[in-house]
Amino acid sequence: MTFADWISQPVNWVFLIISVAVLVSGFRVVTSKNLVHAALFLVGALAGTAGLFLLLSAEFVAWVLVLVYIGAVVVLFLFGIMITRAPTGFDEGLDADHKAMPAILAAGVFLMMAWSSVDAFGAELISSTGSPTSTELIGESLLGRFVIPFEVVSFVLLAALIGGITIARRDLTPLEEEERGAV
Amino acid sequence: MMLTQFLVLAAALFAMGVYGLLVRRNIVLILLSVELMLNAVNINLVAFEAYLVTPEAIGQIFAIFVITVAAAEVGIGLAIVLMIFRNRKSANVDDLSLMRW
Repeated sequence: MTFADWISQPVNWVFLIISVAVLVSGFRVVTSKNLVHAALFLVGALAGTAGLFLLLSAEFVAWVLVLVYIGAVVVLFLFGIMITRAPTGFDEGLDADHKAMPAILAAGVFLMMAWSSVDAFGAELISSTGSPTSTELIGESLLGRFVIPFEVVSFVLLAALIGGITIARRDLTPLEEEERGAV
Repeated sequence: MMLTQFLVLAAALFAMGVYGLLVRRNIVLILLSVELMLNAVNINLVAFEAYLVTPEAIGQIFAIFVITVAAAEVGIGLAIVLMIFRNRKSANVDDLSLMRW
């Protein structure tokens, strides 16, 4: 398939626009000098990913991504940023001093993964671009064949919840405990 | 649509996550980079599901599992960050050299 054939399909136009948005926001996440901007650019990257999922007819996963990531995780990140750093302006101390080695390593990772996927799959086409995967199918699969992993992952989530509360909770000093007891 | 275009995009996103992980010194930003990498994995899973079309939508199920584990990871991670900040008044990994020889 030549590039002209590829670009003549409207769906690939959509892909191109979304992927440029995802890559630009992803790049800004790791280079932004402002903590809050980095978290907000993550929203852009995640929203673009949700759009790609819609292209790939994975409707349910796309909206789960929007709900869980953009709705909850990014808000949590913003809380974390606000708590750990009161002045949210620009800051030079966010990055390490030497960036050449990480950049070379990341480029190497990218080239290796991109080359191996091009080498393995070449111009294989994705056939299913029609109807989205039904939520019914995903629900039956989750509570059918994958019910044990589902239970395990829900237990992991519960454990993480309890662990998070336990770690972040501040123990009262003896004086404060006395005050509580007096009331 | 080709499968490769999604895989290469995911590879680029993953490489950005690796770069951020190595370059950033603020703990919250390191966690953000990890999220970027997990997101790249999700793109791969969903793309392979669309390519192979399994009867039980296995790729999408695993993407949901990855999202769940990522949510748990953020919860725990930020709790730890909060505790570190409370004890050491800093969210910079260079200041956390107590256990380094």
